[in-house]
Amino acid sequence: MLSAKATLNSHGQDSSYFLGWEEYEKNPYHSVNNPNGIIQMGLAENQLSFDLLESWLNNNPDSSGFTAQSVSSFKELALFQDYHGLPAFKNALVDFMSEIRENKVTFNPNNLVLTAGATSANETLMFCLADPGDAFLIPTPYYPGFDRDLKWRTGAEIVPIHCSSSNGFRITESALQDAYQQAQNQNLKVKGVLVTNPSNPLGTSLSLRELELLVTFISSKNLHLISDEIYSGTVFGSPGFVNLGLPGFRIGAIYSNDDIVVSAATKMSSFGLISSQTQFLLSQILSDKKFTKNYLSENRKRLKQRHEMLEKALQKTGIRCLKGNAGLFSWVDMRSLLSAQTFEGEMELWKKIVYDVGLNISPGSSCHCSEPGWFRVCFANMSKETLLLAMQRLSTFVDSVKKTNRSHPRHVNRTSRKTKSLPKWVFSLSFASARLGKNGA
Amino acid sequence: SSQTHTQANMERIHLLSKIATSEQHGENSPYFDGWKAYDQNPFHLTENPNGVIQMGLAENQLSLDLIEEWVAKNPKSSICTKDGISQFKDIANFQDYHGLYEFRKAIANFMGKVRGNRVTFDPDRIVMGGGATGASESLMFCLADPGDGFLVPTPYYPAFDRDLRWRTGVQLVPIICNSSNDFKITEEALESAYENAIASNIKVKGLILANPSNPLGTTTDKQTLQTLMRFINEKNIHIVCDEIYAATIFNTPEFVSISEVLQEMEQDSSNKINRELVHIIYSLSKDMGLPGFRVGILYSYNDHVVSCARKMSSFGLISSQTQLFLASILSDEEFVDGFLSESSKRLAKRHQTFTQGLEKEGITCLASNAGLFVWMDLRMLLNKPTFDEEMELWRLIINDVKLNVSPGSSFHCVEPGWFRVCFANMDDQTVDIALKRIRAFVKKGRKNERATMNNKRTKSFQKNLRLSFSSRLYDEATMMSPRMMSPHSPFARSPLVQART
Repeated sequence: MLSAKATLNSHGQDSSYFLGWEEYEKNPYHSVNNPNGIIQMGLAENQLSFDLLESWLNNNPDSSGFTAQSVSSFKELALFQDYHGLPAFKNALVDFMSEIRENKVTFNPNNLVLTAGATSANETLMFCLADPGDAFLIPTPYYPGFDRDLKWRTGAEIVPIHCSSSNGFRITESALQDAYQQAQNQNLKVKGVLVTNPSNPLGTSLSLRELELLVTFISSKNLHLISDEIYSGTVFGSPGFVNLGLPGFRIGAIYSNDDIVVSAATKMSSFGLISSQTQFLLSQILSDKKFTKNYLSENRKRLKQRHEMLEKALQKTGIRCLKGNAGLFSWVDMRSLLSAQTFEGEMELWKKIVYDVGLNISPGSSCHCSEPGWFRVCFANMSKETLLLAMQRLSTFVDSVKKTNRSHPRHVNRTSRKTKSLPKWVFSLSFASARLGKNGA
Repeated sequence: SSQTHTQANMERIHLLSKIATSEQHGENSPYFDGWKAYDQNPFHLTENPNGVIQMGLAENQLSLDLIEEWVAKNPKSSICTKDGISQFKDIANFQDYHGLYEFRKAIANFMGKVRGNRVTFDPDRIVMGGGATGASESLMFCLADPGDGFLVPTPYYPAFDRDLRWRTGVQLVPIICNSSNDFKITEEALESAYENAIASNIKVKGLILANPSNPLGTTTDKQTLQTLMRFINEKNIHIVCDEIYAATIFNTPEFVSISEVLQEMEQDSSNKINRELVHIIYSLSKDMGLPGFRVGILYSYNDHVVSCARKMSSFGLISSQTQLFLASILSDEEFVDGFLSESSKRLAKRHQTFTQGLEKEGITCLASNAGLFVWMDLRMLLNKPTFDEEMELWRLIINDVKLNVSPGSSFHCVEPGWFRVCFANMDDQTVDIALKRIRAFVKKGRKNERATMNNKRTKSFQKNLRLSFSSRLYDEATMMSPRMMSPHSPFARSPLVQART
């Protein structure tokens, strides 16, 4: 009676990534009300610099268009639904994008399409570039939300470009070729490559070599290249904008040099325009260049600090991270804690960490990592105290695991074929709770 | 060489999806030519009094002052003011696709009020969408597979062709309505449409009805709604009611929502009503005049659809900043009651002024009790009852009378000669001027000899034909220039567009 899309599970929300959230929401940590609850480390949000935004708002009371003085613009905003977007906002945005790239490039606001969040931007791009059944190659590990955003309603397919820890999960030429071949074997027409730069979940930016590889590859095969740069602002070395940390406002954008894509995407943005009052507010903020400069540098400092805090604390417990330079999370190597180097082993460890240790972190399998034992751990969505507490809990847990391992040495590592799929209990958990509504980051 | 260029272009197009390169977005329809004429020469009371008056945009601008007043008195409803800033962090972070509970509760209450509290709505069934545009597309994705069909009574809102079909692959099958019975839906027309679909091998998944109707401005009577409910239950197909104009009722008969009919018919089990087939699309763009805030609502009596649509709402969530504002204003019962009553009065007055003005010139409109427009009958001005004649008349109205009105053919009306004319997106003076122009046009038509009239019309038709062909070619450059706006908001003169900083 309903569509196939409504009845199948292709929305991808049965993944453990979302299940961890469910568990968190059933028992969320609160320093006073629920000190033994689960600490949310699965949400890539940046909550470190709200005070700066709040102070700007205090100093700029007419920015909302909602005060008695500025209410005259209310009517214009209320009526403004042009899918070309608010010019003042787009202009401020492209200036900002240039600033991030040290003005080495300039952006044309006419090539910019506004969408309700990056979720909508990604889906819209897929609708423009791929027919149902066409494929995009994506390096693993990748953001779990892609399974929904890129494939669900579009009918597009994702073929993984497998990356491994042996070289820091960098994209190699052979991995690219293998992925392309894999697609051919499955009779899938490859339309392009999608990379996230800086990477979620790795927290690293693509190297020059990787970028060159990619450009050569797509040129030779006449493919599109989509670069999701949502975390470009979180590079510890340079400033960025998405890190204004405003996921609730649903601000996304597509930038393309192909005018047919821009044109089609602009029309499609009708299905998810940014609220005019939000466009207006952001145009005010981003036009204040003094503020943005200061915000970015301060925010960068705080992120770096937080990142180092996490890294050091993990080091003390004997856990390493992938060397990251960006993002709101670290890619943590917990292979030494696995009872078996399998995905079952990873799930077992994850369960313990969620339920016993009380930390919602994201298992690598939910990011389609080809090696078990890696976890994404977010650090920018909580207070310092909470982060320290989380590290203490982890430390205690790691010590106990080490003790157990010493008294009961592990059996020989197994790598079974079964590790490709998630165990059944993961799926059964998905129907247990309806209170799940995160869009992910 | 041009051949290389064409070849290169073909290759480029080949790299994109079929959806991106097809014409299914529908924006090359002549419907949008009127807007282009307006964009190039927009009316302004003092700066451009001879410009084209925009009467093709169904916006409700009559009562925004009431909202502005409320806003000025309620700074806490904004997260940016001193009073509201304490909520900033939580709201800025809030991206839960369930939506703010206060917002859903306020919307549910509002929807109930608009229906005279004869029905209540469950906040947990309220799902957000990127405007009604996004909400209706999502609903199609939930209910139909590519190739499936939805029945829709004609005439209907032109953008349904894009919103319901473009990316979903759904087909629309018309239920033909005509003026012989004031465009009401008959059982025959219903059955006939269904049979046509079957004969064309189209699997019918449901029926979509706009009530109140755009472009007719009429409400569907209870009997017809009951007929429709019986029909869909018998055929086991869905019914989608787009009730986006519910609070624009300004006259009897009273608005009857599908939710009321469902409630009543369910009480008698012999009706065999399956509530899981019933869905409502709503928005605040028309009732409150807030199209810019992108407040689309999907309400379904089907749990599975609610759950699925909620996940899909990720693709078009309402800005949390906007959710908070609306939760505040819509919870103010006193304001809402006052607003609904006053808005209705103003619409009634405007409708009366306009229709009486038209009647003086012998122009009648379909009797209507809702909406932001009238369905004007200009059949007597056509030489022949053909769509070519309608187009010719339309171009005359745009170029000579300088009014952007919408020709019935763009709404898939089967009878030529009808035009939709919007009246709620302008001030009183502009309405006056529009009526004066119509008066002058009609007088001129009566004075001139038929032969002379034909000659003139042929000349201007040829001139306009050239205009129409050049504007029908998809002109990327023009469409992208700052002055050319989307069909949704030809606000070329809005200060927001002129602003550069």
